[in-house]
This record gives sequence, C-alpha cells and structure tokens, in this order.
Amino acid sequence: MASGARATSAGEIGAWEMFLYRFSKWVKSPTPYLMLVGFALFFGAWYLLSEVFRVWRFASLPGPRAVLIEWFNPNPVYGMSLYTPDYYVHVWSSMRRVLIAFLISTGLGVPFGLFLGWSKNFRQFTFPVFETLRPIPVLAWVPLAIVMFKAQETPVIFLTTLASFYATALNTMLGVQSIDESYPRAAACLGASKWQVFWHVIIPGALPFIFTGLQISVGVAWFSLVAAEMVSGEYGLGYLINTSYVNVQYPVIIIGMISVGIVGYASSALVRMAGDYLMQWRVRELALGAGR
Amino acid sequence: MNAPNSQLAVKGAIRIQNVDKVYLAKSGPVQAVQDCTLDIRPGEICMIVGPSGCGKTTLLNAIAGFHDITGGSIHLDGQLLCGPDRPKAEPGPDRVVVFQNGALFPWKTNLENVAFGPVVQKRMTKAEAEEKARRMMADAGLIGVEHNYPGEISSGMRRRVEIVRALMNDPKVLLLDEPFRALDQLTKSVMHEALLEIYYKNKVTIFFITHDLEEAIFLGHRVAIMTTRPCRPKKILEVDIPHPRNYGVLTSPRFRALMEETVSAVHEEAVKAFEAGEKEM
Repeated sequence: MASGARATSAGEIGAWEMFLYRFSKWVKSPTPYLMLVGFALFFGAWYLLSEVFRVWRFASLPGPRAVLIEWFNPNPVYGMSLYTPDYYVHVWSSMRRVLIAFLISTGLGVPFGLFLGWSKNFRQFTFPVFETLRPIPVLAWVPLAIVMFKAQETPVIFLTTLASFYATALNTMLGVQSIDESYPRAAACLGASKWQVFWHVIIPGALPFIFTGLQISVGVAWFSLVAAEMVSGEYGLGYLINTSYVNVQYPVIIIGMISVGIVGYASSALVRMAGDYLMQWRVRELALGAGR
Repeated sequence: MNAPNSQLAVKGAIRIQNVDKVYLAKSGPVQAVQDCTLDIRPGEICMIVGPSGCGKTTLLNAIAGFHDITGGSIHLDGQLLCGPDRPKAEPGPDRVVVFQNGALFPWKTNLENVAFGPVVQKRMTKAEAEEKARRMMADAGLIGVEHNYPGEISSGMRRRVEIVRALMNDPKVLLLDEPFRALDQLTKSVMHEALLEIYYKNKVTIFFITHDLEEAIFLGHRVAIMTTRPCRPKKILEVDIPHPRNYGVLTSPRFRALMEETVSAVHEEAVKAFEAGEKEM
C-alpha cells in the first residue's frame, strides 16, 4: 500500500519517508507472515487434495506441482508457459483490453456519476434508466455486442466497459451525495461560483468514493473480460482458458486462471496507489492517527 | 425601506424585521421563526441563545442565504438581503459562516483553505492570497500548521483556522453557529479568549449562536434570548462588562448577577422546548 514516491513540498513528512515508515511497520507486523501462511495453506491443501490423496472430485483437477512445472517449463507439454511468446500475447491482449475498457468506463462513469449526484433533475430522468440497465448481466449483452460491433476486438471491449461503468458511476454518485452540506455552503459563503464549488468541493469530496468505485470497477472489468473473451475474440486469458478446456489441456486452464488473479491483483493495487497519491490528506490523517 | 447607515467606519448592521419562516416537514407545516425583529449593531458581538431546535439556525441560514424566508425582511447596512420580493439572499463573502462541525475542506491544506476566498473571488492571485493568509494565520497564533491538512491538527486549532479563513474576506459579519460546541471545556475557554483577541484586531459584527449562557455573557455585548419554536427574541440583555475581557470576568459579581438575571428566562424556554418535543413524539 505504497503512497507513491512523491516529494511533497507540503509538510514535514515526505511521501517517500512515509512509504519507508509504513513498509518497515508492515514488515515488523504479522501481516506479511500471515499472508505467506495463507498462501502456503491454500497451495498445501490443493496439493494434498489433488496430487497426494487424490480425493474424489479433486482427482481430476491438475495439482499445483503439475501446473507449476508446466508454467515454468522451457519446453511446455501443452505449448504454453512463461517461456513461450504466446503466453505474453494472451496476457498482453487481456491487459490492453482491460486498460482501454477501464479508461473508457472511468472517463464516462465519473462525470456521469458526478452529474447524477449533483443535479437532481439529471438524476430524475437518467437514474431510473440506469437502474434498469444495471442488473442485466454482461453475458446477456453478448449477442447484441456481436451484432452491434462487427470487429473482433470492439465487442470484447464494449462488454468489459459495461459493468465497470455501472460500478464507477454508482459509487461516484454516492460520493457526491455523501458530501456534508456544510462544504458547498462554506464555499458559497467564501464567494465560490457554482462551477468553482463543483471543482473545489464536489470532485475532491467525492474522491474517496470514486476510488472505491474504481477498485470495484477494475475487478469487475477482469471478470467481465474473461467472460467476453470466452465467447468472442482471439487471444486473451479468457480465450486461453476456454480453448484449453476444449483441447483438454487442463494445466493451462489453471495457468490462465492464476494469471488473471495476479494481473487483477496488481491492477487494483495500482488503482489504490493512484488513490493514495491523489488523496494525500487521507493518507496523512490515517498515518498519523489523527482522527476526528 | 432603508436603515440609516449611521456609522461608516464599522459596517455590518443587520436589521431583522418581522421575519417569518414556515417550512414543510413530513408532519405538516412548521413555524420555525415568527415575527422576529432584532437589530444588530455594527461591530458588536451579538449572542443568540435559545434551546436546541428553537429556530436560531434557521435565522442564521436566512442571513447567510442558505434558506429563504416566508415573511419579513433582512437588511445588511441598509441593503436588502432578503424580503418579500426576494425570499432568499445570495450567499456572499460579506457574511461568512463558521459551521457547527467545522467546514474546512479536508482536501486542502490549512493555508489553501485560508487563501480560498480571495482566490475564488479573483480578488487576489494565489501567491498574494497565500501571503496574506500566512500573515493572518501568524497573527492568530497559527504558525507551523500552514502545510498540514485540517485532519492533522487539533479541533481547537481547526476552529481558529476556520475563523481566519472567514476573516480573510474582510466580511462585514461573521455568522458563528455554535462553533465551539464539540470542544471540551478547557479548549473552549482557550478558544473564547482567542476569538476575542481576533475580534479586537478585526472589527466585525459577530452573530454568534450558542446554548451556553456562560459563553454568551462572557463574549457578547448583548445577549438575545430566544423563545422556543417559533423563534423570536424573548429578552435582550445588555452585558455592561467593558471589553476587552478576559477569563477573570467569570468570577466577578457583575457576571454572576447577569447570569442570575437570565438563567431563569433560558430555563423557562428550555422546559417549553422539552415539553413541546415530548408532545411531537
């Protein structure tokens, strides 16, 4: 949970010192060791169930040893490992799609959410439509997406954007609504115009909720991406998982799944770091324990 | 209907005439303020005392321009703020509110908060405003917290920053809505003296809402004791203890006498408010 290495001119505590301080605290705390124990237990259980005791249903599941051997194999049995360029083509196509979809959904969802929260009129005529479309699952959109976007790439990006957009817009709206009435009032007292209130109060005030929304949104982007890639598209981790199933290459399925997990974790960590960077005031309040 | 602008040097005369405010609650219309008339002299500290929920804040919101009024008028230095033809005043930097729970922007540093007014009004560049902010903060004993965020300093300091932020705009009137309510007794006493010190340096009219009678008499030139809903002045007390004051005043016989004179009036309204509250439930 780094706060980014920004040398702030403000305050006595720079971001880098803050990062080092928090990192050293983290290393001394039980957190990293518990995390390792957690992973060890998970992989240990999987290993015992699938490879050692071969318990019932787990017997048909590739064990972690088989997966790891395949994943790190320079000459993989099924042609997919860290040493094959194809693997990176899949990872990269998925990352690129998520990045594009995330940028589109953020670019549309944040302004949309801000207006939803800010303007009662706008909310009254758009929110019911929004709420009707929101529960429709991404998979239900697949046929339409393919009909609407003839190309290979665009339907996948459309589907990935969709669910992320809802999460971002909804959280942004809640963020605006969460702002204490006194803040816009105080700004108006101090002579701020309507747009200045929007810029100086509404946007920063909604930021904590916006970033909660963005973290949900990247997560949602990954799972709708994999679903979209399974039905449409060429390359991508979802596509890899699906074709490996069709071609009975079970370890590759798990390589694909773990890859999604790792890249997904990294992308939400990046969003969190961006949030910390933009919300120094919260980072410092929490770090110094100066609560209200 | 223009009020005479007698004193040009000190501004900030608020004339509240026959103000009514009815708002619609779920249970029906509620008369929050009724036929309220109160003249606040330029440059005085006028304390508004009344039980919780009596409509004091409604009055403040009308002056500040957060709410409309349903009858009467309010003038500031002879200029109409709100009246029959214009029920809601426009909020502006001549009447700055200091809020009950504090409204420093948590995402701006203390210095940026204080410099905010002149910058958004485009009266000063950011550099000029920050220069002035630094000076005013230093005057108010706020040195070394300029680059901290409000969340990093004590609640007493936050209130002081907020008062300085208001004064940056050379307002005619400061509207304080129970600003020290959330502070503990010791911090509160420090804040009272700090407020007086700031007031002696910057002559402004102060409209100060509280339900703490001791606070009211210690700070105010006059104390307006309000009736419980609907709100209007019940008794206006002239506090004839000369300014500048310090905490020694609290134990003086005159202070005690003034407390005694008013305590029963306040208590009476508090009982009424309590009983009315029970009935409403």
